[in-house]
Amino acid sequence: MKEKFHVSSSPHIHSGVTTSEIMRDVAIALMPASVMGVYQFGFQAFLVLLVSVTACVVTEYLYEHFMKKPYHPYECSALVTGLLIGMNLPASIPLWMPVVGGIFAILVVKQLYGGLGQNIMNPALAARCFLLICFTGQMTNFSILTASEYGASNKGTYLFYHGAAAVDGITGATPLAAVKAGESVQLFDLFWGFTGGVIGETSVVMILIGAVYMLYRKVINLRIPLAYLLSFVLFLVLFGGHGADPTYLAIQLCGGGLMLGAFFMATDYTTSPITPNGQIVFGICLGILTGIFRIFGKSAEGVSYAIIFCNLLVPVIEKVTMPTAFGRGRKG
Amino acid sequence: MAAGTFQGGMHPYDGKELSMDRHTSVLLPKKELVFPVSQHIGAPAVPVVSVGDTVLAGQKLAQATGYVSSCVISSVSGTVKAVEPRLTATGGKVLSIVVENDGEYRMAQGIGELRDVSRLSKEEIRKIIQEAGIVGMGGAGFPTHVKLTPKEDTAIDYVIVNGSECEPYLTSDYRMMLEEPKRLIAGLKIVLKLFERAEGIIAVEDNKPEAIAKVKEAIGTDSRISVRQLKTKYPQGSERQLIYAVTGRKINSSMLPSDAGCIVNNVDTILSVGLAVAESTPLMRRVVTVTGNAIKEPGNFIVKTGSSYQELLEAAGGFCAPVGKMISGGPMMGQALYSLDIPVTKVSSALLVLTQEEARQLEPGACIRCGRCVSVCPGRIVPQKLMEYAQRFDTKGFEKIDGMECCECGCCTYVCPAGRKLTQSFKQMRRQVQEERRKK
Repeated sequence: MKEKFHVSSSPHIHSGVTTSEIMRDVAIALMPASVMGVYQFGFQAFLVLLVSVTACVVTEYLYEHFMKKPYHPYECSALVTGLLIGMNLPASIPLWMPVVGGIFAILVVKQLYGGLGQNIMNPALAARCFLLICFTGQMTNFSILTASEYGASNKGTYLFYHGAAAVDGITGATPLAAVKAGESVQLFDLFWGFTGGVIGETSVVMILIGAVYMLYRKVINLRIPLAYLLSFVLFLVLFGGHGADPTYLAIQLCGGGLMLGAFFMATDYTTSPITPNGQIVFGICLGILTGIFRIFGKSAEGVSYAIIFCNLLVPVIEKVTMPTAFGRGRKG
Repeated sequence: MAAGTFQGGMHPYDGKELSMDRHTSVLLPKKELVFPVSQHIGAPAVPVVSVGDTVLAGQKLAQATGYVSSCVISSVSGTVKAVEPRLTATGGKVLSIVVENDGEYRMAQGIGELRDVSRLSKEEIRKIIQEAGIVGMGGAGFPTHVKLTPKEDTAIDYVIVNGSECEPYLTSDYRMMLEEPKRLIAGLKIVLKLFERAEGIIAVEDNKPEAIAKVKEAIGTDSRISVRQLKTKYPQGSERQLIYAVTGRKINSSMLPSDAGCIVNNVDTILSVGLAVAESTPLMRRVVTVTGNAIKEPGNFIVKTGSSYQELLEAAGGFCAPVGKMISGGPMMGQALYSLDIPVTKVSSALLVLTQEEARQLEPGACIRCGRCVSVCPGRIVPQKLMEYAQRFDTKGFEKIDGMECCECGCCTYVCPAGRKLTQSFKQMRRQVQEERRKK
């Protein structure tokens, strides 16, 4: 035989599921919440998302180009990071801030630590916290210009630019801040997302649709989100001061970045444990920390810090939760 | 009883529909036949014929050396043409006895005579199996007489016939369960004679209902033998996973099935035991599936050992699509071939030919720590961590996190979205560790 054949070690077949496909699925799963964010906060929200995605993708491209690394345009990982950063910003933020956030996330948090799969913190959350510390004012300003402030003559443009939130006359305070200040919040609005907040966190429904899609596509499993949400609820019941009051618990679950964090950020492969038991431990740590931050902390929020902190615990968690090999240890 | 199963594993495309309904046909070799002296685990056999000798079918060509070794039997009559190194499926050259087939298939004396099994002692049965050159025909090639000689016969509770055939595309065991259920049960009964306290179990995945029905029919009312249905999942046929699914007992890499009171044999091996003991026919043939989307007429063949793979291909009508990869065995654990000028040995279960499209490999990328490898690993180890040690050639670390428990089933590599060659690295590391252990 003269032909040449491909020879390699087994296995000779592959599932066909690739990194790019997984990243694409995450991006698709983020779409409902993003679209809702744009509907709610208008064209300015769209601009924030667009700018932060562009900043991340371009930073990644430039870094890999100048470092002479192979560039994987289809890997979509930078796109997902950019989308998540944008979704974690208020719509009213000046547009240079997502640029700073995107560069920080991709360059400092991801690439300088070794690139895809090597970062020790979730890049999107690290960028959010970075911006939050540097530009606290802009990052926590959820107020929306009223029509008169904007100029009544441009009513159409105003609504286009500021979205449904402007129509509904949302004042701007996030629901959790309102609750902390002793005000009441409509659970229905919270669930559907007709409240103030960052672009992507407000609508629980849309986030859950995305989460179901990821579960269906087996991109994530329920270990981390369930352990996170259950332990958080348990912590609130014990220490929240409201007992098992369902309304209070529901508001805490639906408000703020918890849902987005539990399903999209805490489940980030690179920064969560790879061991099955470790994922449960990780989720529980997150639930407790988020509870501590929200109840005892100064800010009404706590999800971002909890996740970032627990990201740093991952190596330890993995070490203590290494599974027992089949047939080793206790006789089965 | 619910179908038995194990943790981990996965469901690759199984491709069995290509060949599962093809009745086996006997393939007679045309040209020379090649018999490597090492087709088994253990010491290579030593040739007992020389160039120019006339040999008969069933005649011994090479004698086992020592206990863990196996004889090599001629499958045809003819003349010994050469004793020289020849290429085998493993990719290397192995000393082989080359026999020019005279096409007459004259049998050596006594071959094919029926024996009264009930009058044989245990020792006689084991001796016959050893002399017949029978080894584990599922792929490992461990000498069967050794496997059938545990420390204590009475400590064996189960003799399990591995009919799960979990490798995608392979249908040879399935065909044998359909076509030769009576002989299979007869073979199993002979093995059960060795282990008076054992119960015989034929373990079959639940995607083979016809085989289950046929085997059940052949068992009849025998209370010592039963069929155990297993969930269809790769690698159900892996010995450790199989024992767990059938008995709930767990063994690790340093234990033998007999430590868990089990003896596990492949379908074709049990058939060969039956043929050898009851019909005085040593191991001269095996069932081979020739399949894949690049094969014109996939099918199952009863092939004389020593036949060339090239003849297998011709029997199946040749290629019908641009060839991507030729594999001896299944797609998960088989050996890629660069030539078909190699002989069918006792452990050749299949010739699988993938199209170029199917054989395309992912360019290995960065690990994103998705954990897919962990969730499919039947050994319940963490391939992602093993890979970190493998990349540093750190054999100590590799052993510490149970790298030696890897059964090289390939699940982790199959699911890795970054296309990393995990299994390949683990194989290398495991060889390295075994080497180091031998030196100690």
